[in-house]
Amino acid sequence: MKISSGTIRLIIPAASLALLLAAVFYMQPRAMSYTGLNLLFNLAVPIALATVAQMLIMAVNDLDLSMGAFVSFCACVTATFLQASPAIGVLIFLGAIAAYAVIGVVIHVRELPSIVVTLGMSFVWGGLAVLMLPSPGGEAPIWARWLMTSRPPFVPMAIVASIVIAAVTHFVIMRSSVGVLIRGIGGNVRSVERAGWSVIRIRAGTYALAGFFAVLSGITLVGLTTSADANIALRYTLLSIAGVILGGGEFVGGKVSPIGAVIGALTLTLAGSFLSFMRISPDWQIGAQGAILIVVLALRLFLNRLEKREKGR
Amino acid sequence: MTAARLLFTKPWIWSFAATVIVWVVTVLFTGGASSLGLSQAALTFAAFSVIVGIGQMFVITLGPGNIDLSVPATMTLSGTLALKLMDVQDGMILVGLLTSILLGFAIGIGNYALIKLLRIPPIIATLSISFIVQSTAIWANRGLRIKPPEVLASFTTSSLFGIPNIAIVALILSVVAWVLLKKTIYGRWISAIGQSTFAARMTGIPVDGTRLVTYILCAVLASICGYLLASFSGGAALNMGSEYLLMSIAVVVIGGTAVAGGNSNIPGIWGASLFMFLVVSMLNTYGFGAGFRLILTGLIIIAVILVAGGRQSNR
Repeated sequence: MKISSGTIRLIIPAASLALLLAAVFYMQPRAMSYTGLNLLFNLAVPIALATVAQMLIMAVNDLDLSMGAFVSFCACVTATFLQASPAIGVLIFLGAIAAYAVIGVVIHVRELPSIVVTLGMSFVWGGLAVLMLPSPGGEAPIWARWLMTSRPPFVPMAIVASIVIAAVTHFVIMRSSVGVLIRGIGGNVRSVERAGWSVIRIRAGTYALAGFFAVLSGITLVGLTTSADANIALRYTLLSIAGVILGGGEFVGGKVSPIGAVIGALTLTLAGSFLSFMRISPDWQIGAQGAILIVVLALRLFLNRLEKREKGR
Repeated sequence: MTAARLLFTKPWIWSFAATVIVWVVTVLFTGGASSLGLSQAALTFAAFSVIVGIGQMFVITLGPGNIDLSVPATMTLSGTLALKLMDVQDGMILVGLLTSILLGFAIGIGNYALIKLLRIPPIIATLSISFIVQSTAIWANRGLRIKPPEVLASFTTSSLFGIPNIAIVALILSVVAWVLLKKTIYGRWISAIGQSTFAARMTGIPVDGTRLVTYILCAVLASICGYLLASFSGGAALNMGSEYLLMSIAVVVIGGTAVAGGNSNIPGIWGASLFMFLVVSMLNTYGFGAGFRLILTGLIIIAVILVAGGRQSNR
């Protein structure tokens, strides 16, 4: 039986997640239940959406350093405008998605480094968020709250949502022709251009799609936390990049994996829960998260080597 | 005429031009009363960004994907440990500095060891290391805020002939970095690696050794900066490095260093650092709130990169 390289790319992140989950279950067998799983993966949904957004940007060889600030901005809009007057809220979100498309166009036309442009944008989103909510507050829209706290039978909401996100993005990125074009830009811009496609349009579309997923991330986050704050999601910038890499994605070359990205986000979320089960002193929580990141990546290297040895035979 | 034209082809000229404009606008608002104070403050705070910026610039020069995210955590841990070790005794100042430098060495080696051994992108490797370093800083920072030794505190806050001492230190470090970059084989090597790692390896350049030294250099500069910043602000704080993560990247890129690597620029870092500080103080003088200040800072960064970036692609 022949396994495609895409599948092998997926095995490694999936194995890391399974290992971590097994460790959690071993330490705390009671986590092996509906409520337990729900608690473990509770915060995974917004992180998974942000990771997918970051993955789209990385698919065209860019990097979005404004992801955390933008998700915070979206969370603030959700908790204020979207809750009070949904029409204005939706308009703001459409504007924000359009802004993402414009950023994509500007980066392409002027050949600017995406890191710097998004760095600048992170200040802009942060400033807008502070203007809306100078202090933590706001209220979640009832439907967002309902969506995030609903309890489907047998499988917790967080896991259902993760599977849906993975399936939808897998279809869009890996199966549709648009997805092929997006990854094509990351792989070889010139050949996409010579084939007669408008690179500007694809790039604008990719950025807009990323903006859309980031908006969803902000909405689901508020659905979980019930209120927002201008700094609520700042760590998402680094979490989303780490999630994509953990999921087997690459910085260049359009090599991304939507299912891997969602698994990467789940792994990172689980790492947080794992540490609280370990009863590690709060001082070392962040450090242990770094150590887990290192261990998982070491595992990935080990499996990669194994795979190469198999191929060599 | 040719001299002027030559000047305008330098990528760093734009950050200086922007700095001068912002300075004039700010001073005009206060009727010229604040020009000396503003300049001194700008030099002092820019100096910190310059020191971390130079380190980051060396790393970015190595080529795409090379970036050091552990800068803020390194600054915090270095400031915390050094102040704890010196324990307000003037005799321990050099020991503290030496500890900081050694710490930078260790973190730099750790960073590159992860990049090399685990073959992970620098952005993730330095991020993981920074988590661990930050945790160590939280653990070490327990207890009371320790003041810096008297002599060190007065050195970092006073000035010589009107120029802040910190700025002089940063200037000396910049000159050393410039010589290192332009006049030594090491500087040629990192530029070569940044332009094409493969070609550099083929010509027999010790790529791994050079990259290792660069990551160590960056971490050492970050720890020196943390040591100085903690002494300047009268104690180490856990969040003292946080704003320098984005700042160190921003000053390098606004200063005209190519993000793709292989081309670096030290004068530009000074222009960009002064510019970044002056923008914030200009917006403060005009009485903007925190939200507007952030938005305008972001828009100005993008505007500068639009102008400067366009020049670069025309060359």
